[in-house]
Amino acid sequence: MTAAVTLDGVGCTFGHGAGAVRAVDGVDLTIAAGEFFTLLGPSGSGKTTVLRMIGGFTLPTAGRVWIGGQDVTLAPPYARAVNTVFQDYALFPHMSIRDNVAYPLMVRKVDRATRERRAEELLALVQLPGVGARRPAQLSGGQRQRVALARALISEPQVLLLDEPLGALDLKLREQMQSELKALQRRLGITFLFITHDQHEALSMSDRIGIFNAGRLEQLGTPRQVYDTPATRFVAHFVGAANVLEGEAARSLTGHAQAMLRPERITLGEAVGARAAGPVCEVQFFGAFTRIKVETAGTRVQADLPLAPGAVMPEPGQTVHLHWNNGAVHALSAAA
Amino acid sequence: MRSDVRGGFRGTWPLKWAAGAVVLFLHVPLALIVLYAFSSEDKSYVFPPPALTTQWFGVAWERPDVWEAIQLSFEVALWSTAIALVLGTLAAGALARARFFGRDAISLLLILPIALPGIITGIALRSAYHTMEIPFSFWTIVIGHATFCVVVVFNNAVARLRRLNPNLIEASMDLGADGFQTLRYIILPQLGSALLAGALLAFALSFDEVIVTTFTAGQQTTLPIWMLQELIRPRQRPVTNVVAVVIIALTFIPIVLAYWFTRADEPGHR
Amino acid sequence: MNTFALPPPPPRPAGLRRRASDLLYTRRGLLLLLLLAPPLLWFGVIYLGSLIALLANAFFRLDDFTGQVVREVGVSNFVALFDPANLDAARRTIVMAIAVTLACTVLAFPLAYFMARHARGWSKAALYIAVMLPLWSSYLVRLYAWKLLLAKEGAISWAAERLHLSWLIEALLATPLVGGPSLSFSTLGTFIVFVYMWLPFMVLPVMASIERIPASTLEASADLGAPPLTTFRRVVLPLAMPGVAAGSIFTFSLTLGDYIIPQVIGDSTLYIGQVVYRQQGVAGNIPFAAAFSLVPIVVIGVYLWLAKRKGAFDAL
Repeated sequence: MTAAVTLDGVGCTFGHGAGAVRAVDGVDLTIAAGEFFTLLGPSGSGKTTVLRMIGGFTLPTAGRVWIGGQDVTLAPPYARAVNTVFQDYALFPHMSIRDNVAYPLMVRKVDRATRERRAEELLALVQLPGVGARRPAQLSGGQRQRVALARALISEPQVLLLDEPLGALDLKLREQMQSELKALQRRLGITFLFITHDQHEALSMSDRIGIFNAGRLEQLGTPRQVYDTPATRFVAHFVGAANVLEGEAARSLTGHAQAMLRPERITLGEAVGARAAGPVCEVQFFGAFTRIKVETAGTRVQADLPLAPGAVMPEPGQTVHLHWNNGAVHALSAAA
Repeated sequence: MRSDVRGGFRGTWPLKWAAGAVVLFLHVPLALIVLYAFSSEDKSYVFPPPALTTQWFGVAWERPDVWEAIQLSFEVALWSTAIALVLGTLAAGALARARFFGRDAISLLLILPIALPGIITGIALRSAYHTMEIPFSFWTIVIGHATFCVVVVFNNAVARLRRLNPNLIEASMDLGADGFQTLRYIILPQLGSALLAGALLAFALSFDEVIVTTFTAGQQTTLPIWMLQELIRPRQRPVTNVVAVVIIALTFIPIVLAYWFTRADEPGHR
Repeated sequence: MNTFALPPPPPRPAGLRRRASDLLYTRRGLLLLLLLAPPLLWFGVIYLGSLIALLANAFFRLDDFTGQVVREVGVSNFVALFDPANLDAARRTIVMAIAVTLACTVLAFPLAYFMARHARGWSKAALYIAVMLPLWSSYLVRLYAWKLLLAKEGAISWAAERLHLSWLIEALLATPLVGGPSLSFSTLGTFIVFVYMWLPFMVLPVMASIERIPASTLEASADLGAPPLTTFRRVVLPLAMPGVAAGSIFTFSLTLGDYIIPQVIGDSTLYIGQVVYRQQGVAGNIPFAAAFSLVPIVVIGVYLWLAKRKGAFDAL
């Protein structure tokens, strides 16, 4: 099956000479049709630029972009079978909601009756029946986001780009939208390309994740892969809490030159068979778990401990013994 | 009203009176004009007017030279506004967001006709017409007017374009509209009220302009030139009074409308 | 969702509109060029062209005999500038411009200060409109209004009679340099009208610069023992200077370039603008008119440079 999106050596450099900024550098990426793919990374990592190059808003200075098997590297946005849900929704303020949603059909010269009927269908799909006559200014943020979604879906694009669509919503609404979006994608079977800087969102919603840092793609994999076996130190830190060990500590605790150990894989136990031991220097209660930091092997190791109700939390200064399985340790490549 | 600035004038009453006097100074003359339009005296500017009457409105209505002047001013203003609209909008489209060498220089160039004293622009155009041996005509007037009206449209258009969310243009293209469709469905509707305000201001400016016009009009008489001739050599004073009131209305209304349009545009107003 | 069949996308359109749109999208420079070409052509050819014609003509001269313009570069016009009559006109105009600027500043201050520090909300907006309103009415109409006011039989004479101040007006009119045959044909009258016309241009920048003075500065001054007048002299006045400089740019250059007010209200002495107008009109001596019009340009240029040093451009 033809991949939905392929990026081949794509790069984007702004400016010239000494002041040039390499926003994106040498990205190779293939997204399968029907996949929920997330671009994850901190601000300025280049993920938005990659999205814009796929959408056609920014033209790459190196490499090629394919969508649905067609080379669209230099094609304008209106020539690509890709639609975008913008971070600020970008609804047209001078048009009604129905006209906003029907806009893609209007510019394709679909007749009024058909496109209005279709717009109503899509508004029902995103659970906003009956707002067709209103203006964007009259809707709440969450409602506007659904309208943006409906508008982007109405012309049945091959790929839907979502640029941090949930960033402006409050927590409860955000979680609700996350499951709705996921369900919608499953149902429609369209390829979703999702951008976020929130790793929880990425882990919970994606089929695969691409992690960006400073313009480069650091790792590409399923959520499990990215979480359990991070390719670089950056990925290890960015996705979930991590103990990244190096040098002396790494060698004495794990036998590798550089390794990662997830805090939740550490348990407290007896001195016998303990991997490490030392005094507790910090205790923080997070509800679902208690986080302790232990001084050992010349470094601080963090452990997230689920405590049964009624069990006793370790005190600062108290010496504890840490246990973990071999499988909990993941060696990081020296170059990372 | 207590002064809430302890360091300022303690007695606000002298200040209030002074401020009030200045405001009166600004407005009494205008009020007088309206009064004089109803004065029954036709030989002088005697104050107070001996009696009040509306007869002069009728007389002014009958004067053909007044109507000709109004017509010429109107046509000149229409054409100047049309040209200024096109040139000003094009320039605004180029300068609103793009960064390029010479951008500030172009902004300066557009504002120069209004920034330099009218007499400079006037004599410059006159020199050019003379050197190129171009005879005075309707178009020599329009050319001058259009040139200094461009900046008025330009300012309004640029201000509106800068407030336009660039994502809207991207969204439109993303959803399948090419550049021209985006222009038609998204950009121009958003620009609409700003262009209208700019056009109204340009119209008022052109209608009222006299200095550059006197250099470029030759024998033709726009309404301001008619007024100027009356000022130097009064023919029928009461008719001039009436025309003055009409001019106030004709230049005042577009400006108020333009002001109203741009205010409605401001964020937070909808 | 599949109750609807989207019409197949139109075949990659080779239509002209589509191709043009594609081209302009990928080549932003071309788009910019197309947008700028008409306005730049107009301004370049017509406006810059006429300024060049102005400059060129300043160096040509008029042949008295034939009445034609001789297109040879020479400085005869600039030499003629130093004729006593011309110097007189220039001096007169500059002095008037300075006097008008000073008067506008004095008159603008109370109003500007009041608007900046004491008016709030609706009263401030109302005052703002009150100041702008005269600007929105026609220049000539306002001039005409003063013709009515200043006339021998007009409102000012009437008021003076009622207040028994007619002698004052007579005395003023009899003063050489300032006076004239009547108020509506005198230097004094010209002066009053100039002040009236440009006053709003002074009020607004001064108001803006006074607004920028933080209240705490004035409170500090009082706190440290300064009586109100001293605070005004030492704190408000210096800090309002940029606004005054900005406003003075308007009053100065507008007065320098105006020829209508002196012609309508003035006595028969000439101002720069009038000389320029007469020379290019009846006399057909465009070269000299052009040269003489360079005088206000130079004077304004010098003034702008001085004003910039006083920080006027920050206040605009």
